[in-house]
Amino acid sequence: MIRTSVNIAGVSLKNPVMTASGTFGSGMEYGEFFDLSKLGAVVTKGVASVPWEGNPTPRICETPSGMLNAIGLQNPGIDVFVKRDLPFLQKYDTRIIVNVCGHSVEEYLAVVERLSDCAVDMLEINISCPNVKEGGIAFGTDPKAIESITKAVKAKAKQPVIMKLSPNVTDIREAARAAESGGADALSLINTLTGMKIDIERGTFAIANRTGGLSGPAIRPVAVRMVYEASHAVKIPVIGMGGIASAEDAIEFLMAGARAVSVGTANFHDPCISVKIADGIEKFLERKGIGDVNEIVGCAGNGGIYGTV
Amino acid sequence: MKKETAHVAAQERIAADIMSLVLRVSFAEEVRPGQFLSVYSADGSRLLPRPISVCDADPEEGTIRLVYRIAGKGTAEFAKLTPGCVVEVLGPLGNGFPVEEFKDKRVLLVGGGIGIPPLYYTAKSLRDPVFAVGYRSETYLLPEISGRFETHIATEDGSLGTKGNVLDAIREDRIVCDVIFACGPKPMLRALKEYAGENNIRCFVSMEERMACGIGACLGCVARTTKPDAHSHVKNTRICKDGPVFDAEEVDLT
Ligand SMILES: Cc1cc2nc3c(=O)[nH]c(=O)nc-3n(C[C@H](O)[C@H](O)[C@H](O)COP(=O)(O)OP(=O)(O)OC[C@H]3O[C@@H](n4cnc5c(N)ncnc54)[C@H](O)[C@@H]3O)c2cc1C
Ligand SMILES: Cc1cc2nc3c(=O)[nH]c(=O)nc-3n(C[C@H](O)[C@H](O)[C@H](O)COP(=O)(O)O)c2cc1C
Ligand code: FES
Repeated sequence: MIRTSVNIAGVSLKNPVMTASGTFGSGMEYGEFFDLSKLGAVVTKGVASVPWEGNPTPRICETPSGMLNAIGLQNPGIDVFVKRDLPFLQKYDTRIIVNVCGHSVEEYLAVVERLSDCAVDMLEINISCPNVKEGGIAFGTDPKAIESITKAVKAKAKQPVIMKLSPNVTDIREAARAAESGGADALSLINTLTGMKIDIERGTFAIANRTGGLSGPAIRPVAVRMVYEASHAVKIPVIGMGGIASAEDAIEFLMAGARAVSVGTANFHDPCISVKIADGIEKFLERKGIGDVNEIVGCAGNGGIYGTV
Repeated sequence: MKKETAHVAAQERIAADIMSLVLRVSFAEEVRPGQFLSVYSADGSRLLPRPISVCDADPEEGTIRLVYRIAGKGTAEFAKLTPGCVVEVLGPLGNGFPVEEFKDKRVLLVGGGIGIPPLYYTAKSLRDPVFAVGYRSETYLLPEISGRFETHIATEDGSLGTKGNVLDAIREDRIVCDVIFACGPKPMLRALKEYAGENNIRCFVSMEERMACGIGACLGCVARTTKPDAHSHVKNTRICKDGPVFDAEEVDLT
């Protein structure tokens, strides 16, 4: 038996694969394709204290091996989420991680407090959305702001807190350390890279918001590098994501130093990809004769697979 | 609804840049008129599915037919598919036209350009529909439509039927109907909504937007609505999941 379970801040996940926020809704749509209990965790779309309308359309466009999005965090707000989405997710034997967004510290805290007595396993605080004017990225690019919002959230949160970092910074290690100093229980990265596409037929921006967040395999090498840097700069566990589309991709992140991974844009290409990735990781371990997935975490910077290279 | 490998049964060019593709799929009998498929590129650098409407379905043969315009790289790739080839598809998706509710009414099917194909299967599910179709110049699917259904035609260059757009044809030919089902460019849908409002006719429109997931999870493909939508409780509804067909009164077409 190969051990695939991992532990993030005291929460045990049956395998290291979860879904990336915003690409998986609250799981209802994908639940029609596979049993969500096969996932280590479901990470929900960002939830705010009140409903958010999001940005005008077009909100998305395809780019080589990736896409830009500027959804603008459309969501029904925490009340609907707690009444409708949470009971749905509770039917499954998987961990529930709620992604939290806000325009101000108060708005983040309102969601965090509302969730305090809910059956939620962890909170992921999105301080890195490039598509909302206030909040989001404004908190995520300044180390001081990262530390103070982390502290504020930690003071109220009843569940372990994952801080989701932005790659739109000069030094990801600084951001990672700031979150750790603020008391974060774990980190997740990377969120999308800010990009732009011009539709030359119309002679204007391909998405209405002008800029959008780049995701998908196009960003993977950047993400792997940042996960490596961040995980070696802090002691808390790191959840890696950015362009994961196969088990091999996921294993790269684990070997770079991630304790778990999230699958985002790849869900749009194959709704069952996250389960296939979980299965593929297990098969890889079997082929390599490795009995525990935790053995490969960070092995790249630590002498290779068997610690001998 | 599932993702599967479809087998190409046939493909032909039916106009300069319009292709007709017949696919063998496991879900042909589930398809409702006005639904669509997500069609995936075999090129890994093109991640997002291309939404294409079902033009016709043959549950007995287990086939569906897609009629599409070569609009860019993805559709240019699909145009090269020949019998024996395979292509990944996900479907059937979306709600489709309310054919059951209006089966016995006089339904006017209004199609503009590449909005015409999804109305063909829709027409076959109605008792006595009437078509109003608008083309730029070159026509397609016309023999199949006009051979079976009462059909009114508009062409922008006047080469066939009324010179002008499809609304000009509806007015000129004084078409009487109980309800309108429409698919086409947004300006056409907007004009039809107005026409339907003036004449007290119910009108259903099929809408388009860029899509990523195609199943309602990413909120990429929304349409503005006049009342709060059921999913997000804001005024943005998902075209892929809650549409693509909406009562024109419920959506903002401006
Ligand atoms: C519900 C629905 C049904 C459709 N049915 C048909 C049909 O039956 N026949 C037909 O010819 N066309 C149809 N379209 C439009 C069709 O999806 C686009 O023409 C097609 O995606 C273009 O892909 P491409 O790779 O050739 O173009 P590119 O411009 O290279 O595509 C780049 C990206 O933009 C997206 N995109 C480009 N144009 C559109 C568009 N008009 N709508 C949505 N996404 C677009 C593509 O999917 C792709 O992700 C439909 C669209 C929707 C939303
Ligand atoms: C359509 C879309 C919506 C997203 N929404 C959110 C969100 O609500 N909150 C968040 O923290 N990240 C969001 N993200 C970022 C992803 O969770 C992920 O960090 C990023 O896309 C990189 O992973 P990927 O390349 O596997 O998609 C979104 C990404 C996409 C593509
Ligand atoms: S394309 Fe994702 S919600 Fe419609």
